[in-house]
Amino acid sequence: MSITTTSPAEIGNSGNSSNSTNWPEWFSKDQNEAWELFQSLPQPKRNDEPWRFANLKALDLSEFQPAKPVEDKAVLIARSSGLADLAAKLVFANDALIHREVAGLPAGVLLLSLEQAATEHEELFRKHFMSTEARLGSKKFAALHRARLRSGAFVHVPRGVVIERPIEIWHWVEGENATILPHTLIVLGEGASVTVIDRFVSSRDERSLAIAVNDLTVGTNAKLHYVGVQEWSDKATAFHLNTTEVEKEGVSTALQMNLGGAYIRGESDSHLLGEGSRSVMLSINPANGTREIDQRTFQDHFSPRATSDLLYHNALADSSKTIFAGLIKVEEAAHETDAYQKVRNLMLSDEAEANSMPGLEILADNVRCTHGATSGELNEDELFYMMARGIAPKQAAQLIVRGFFGAVLEHLENRDLQDHLGEILDHKLNL
Amino acid sequence: MSAHSSSSLSIRDLHASIGDKPILKGLTLDIPKGEVHAIMGKNGAGKSTLAKIMAGHPDYTVTSGDVLLDGESILGLEPDVRARLGLFLAFQYPMEIPGVTIANFIRAALQARLPEGEELEATDYYAKLYAKMDALSVPRNFTSRSVNEGFSGGEKKRCEILQMAMLEPSYAVLDETDSGLDIDALKIVSAGVNALRGPNIGMLVITHYQRLLDYIVPDKVHVMSEGRIIHSGDKDLALKLEAQGYDWVEKEFGESGTKAA
Repeated sequence: MSITTTSPAEIGNSGNSSNSTNWPEWFSKDQNEAWELFQSLPQPKRNDEPWRFANLKALDLSEFQPAKPVEDKAVLIARSSGLADLAAKLVFANDALIHREVAGLPAGVLLLSLEQAATEHEELFRKHFMSTEARLGSKKFAALHRARLRSGAFVHVPRGVVIERPIEIWHWVEGENATILPHTLIVLGEGASVTVIDRFVSSRDERSLAIAVNDLTVGTNAKLHYVGVQEWSDKATAFHLNTTEVEKEGVSTALQMNLGGAYIRGESDSHLLGEGSRSVMLSINPANGTREIDQRTFQDHFSPRATSDLLYHNALADSSKTIFAGLIKVEEAAHETDAYQKVRNLMLSDEAEANSMPGLEILADNVRCTHGATSGELNEDELFYMMARGIAPKQAAQLIVRGFFGAVLEHLENRDLQDHLGEILDHKLNL
Repeated sequence: MSAHSSSSLSIRDLHASIGDKPILKGLTLDIPKGEVHAIMGKNGAGKSTLAKIMAGHPDYTVTSGDVLLDGESILGLEPDVRARLGLFLAFQYPMEIPGVTIANFIRAALQARLPEGEELEATDYYAKLYAKMDALSVPRNFTSRSVNEGFSGGEKKRCEILQMAMLEPSYAVLDETDSGLDIDALKIVSAGVNALRGPNIGMLVITHYQRLLDYIVPDKVHVMSEGRIIHSGDKDLALKLEAQGYDWVEKEFGESGTKAA
C-alpha cells in the first residue's frame, strides 16, 4: 500500500533487524498493531479542538528518515556532561544505548534499556509501557512512536528504595532529517524516591524529528522528580508526550524546559489516581526566532484530596509563538480537590504571539480550582533600575527573563538541581 | 565656569519637564571629585526628579541646560552608558527583580564594564563581594536572594550601598538613602558611604532630613526649591534648616532667584 505523504515512510525500518534480535517476539506484534493504528488514524485537521491554533504544516513528517548509527560515539559520550554527582547515567544516540555508567544504585533498582526490560521483566514492562492512551491530540504520533521504537530507558525503583543522587539520561540525535523516538519509562514502588533528568540534544545544527514519550508511574507515598531539558537544534521538530500516574499520597514534580527546536508539541497528562496524590507540572519556555511551542495539558483528578499545581512560564521574543491549552478535570469522586493552573507569557516583541486556553470541568463538590493566564511586557522600572547599574538594555531584558524562569525553578526542592538547571538557562540566555 | 569643571559633576542651568509640566527650572550645581554635597528641600522641590534626570530616566525631558561628567555632556546618553561612564544612582525606592540574585545582578553590572570577550574572574569577584557585604553587615546568604525581593527598607538601602561599593563610581547620587531607616540602619549605611569617600569620588546626597548629615558630613549644603538651587552653604546650613525650617530660606532667597555658588 502507499503510505500517506505526511508520514515518515521509512522511519524505523532500518531498525527492524535489530528489533528482531533485541526485543522479544511479542513486542514485534505489538509494534505491527501500532503501525496499523498509526496508518489508520487521520492527520490532525484544522477543526480538531486539540490542534486549535496549531501549525499543521509542521506535522508533515514526510521528509524525515530513519536515523543511522552515529559517526562518533566517544565524542557524544564525552559531550554528555551534566550534573557532576550522579547515581547513574545512560547515553542514547540515534536510539541506541551507547553508554551506561553506574556510580551507585541501591540494590533492587533496575536501570535498563527498554528492550532488556521487555525481555527480562515482561510483566512490569507490559503493565506500565504506554499503558494509557495519548488523549491530548497526538494519538497518531504516539502510535508511530510505539511502532518504530528501538530503545529507551527503563527505571524501576522498588518499594521503599530511595535514590539520593539523580539519574541522568541523554538522548542524542544526529543526521540531516534523522528521526529518533526517545522513551523514558519510570516506575516507582511504594515509598520509593528518585530524580531523573532527560537531556534531549542535537549533535549538530541539523533538521531532525523526535517523538519522545515518557511514562511516569508514581506509587503510593512515592516521590518522583522528573526534568526534561530539551535542547534540540533550532531546526528540529519534536513531540514530547508525557503521561504521569500518581497513586495515594504520591508526589510527582515534573519540569519540561524547551530551549531549542523550530516546532515543539508538548502534551502532559497527569492522572491523580490516589487519595491525596499530588502532581506538580512545570515548564520553562524561552521562545525566539520563529520557534513555535504548542503545549496541551490535562490535570485529571480521580480521587479525593489530591492536588495538582501547574506553572508554565513562556518568554516570547522575535516572531515566536506559543500555544497553551490546559484542562483541569475533577471527576465525580474527587472531592476536596485542590487544583491550580497558571500560565504566564512575558512578551518581548510585538511580533510574538501567545495563545492561552485554560479550561475547567468540575463534576465533584467542595473543590478548589484556580486557573489563569496572564500576558505582560517587561517592567520599564525594572529595566531602568538595571540600566542605571550599567547593564545594557538587551542584557537587562535577559536577566529579567532569567528571573522570570527562576520563579519556576524555585518549585524544585533540590537546590543543586535548581542551580544546575539555572546554569543551563544562563548559558542559553547568554548570561 | 567652575575651576573643577574637568573633574566634576556639573549641572548647568538645567530645565526639565515631565509631559508639559516643568520640574527643573534652571538648576546649576557643581560637585567636584573628592567632595560630598547635600541637597535639602521640601517634598515636591524636585530633588528626586533631579536624581532621575541625571541618571537618564526616560519619563523626563530636558528642555535646556546640560549635565557634564568630567567636562563631557551625558545628556542624550542612555542610562546604562551614563552608568558605565561612572555615574551611580542609589534609588530612593530600589526595584525588586524577581528571580535575579544579587550576586548575578552585580556580576552582570561589572561584566558590562569589561571589554567585549573579557570575562569577570569569579573567585576575585566573590572575595570582593563578601568583603563588601561584611563591611555593610549584609548577611552572606543574601547573595542568593532575589534583588530587593522581600527586603526590609534597611536591607534595600544597604544593598544599594553594596552595589555602589562594588561598582566604584566616580560620582554617586544618593536619593533619600535615609528614608525608611531606623537609627541602627542609618549608622550602617552612613558608615558604608563614609568608607567610600575619598579623592576619587564626588557624591551628591539628597535628603529631606538633616539627621543623615550628622553621619555623612557634607562639604556643602544646597537648598532646593521649585526646581532650582536657591541657597548654598556649609554643613551648618543643614543645622539651621533643621532648627528653623525652610520658610526663611525660601523667603530670603526663593523669589530673588539667587543662584548657588
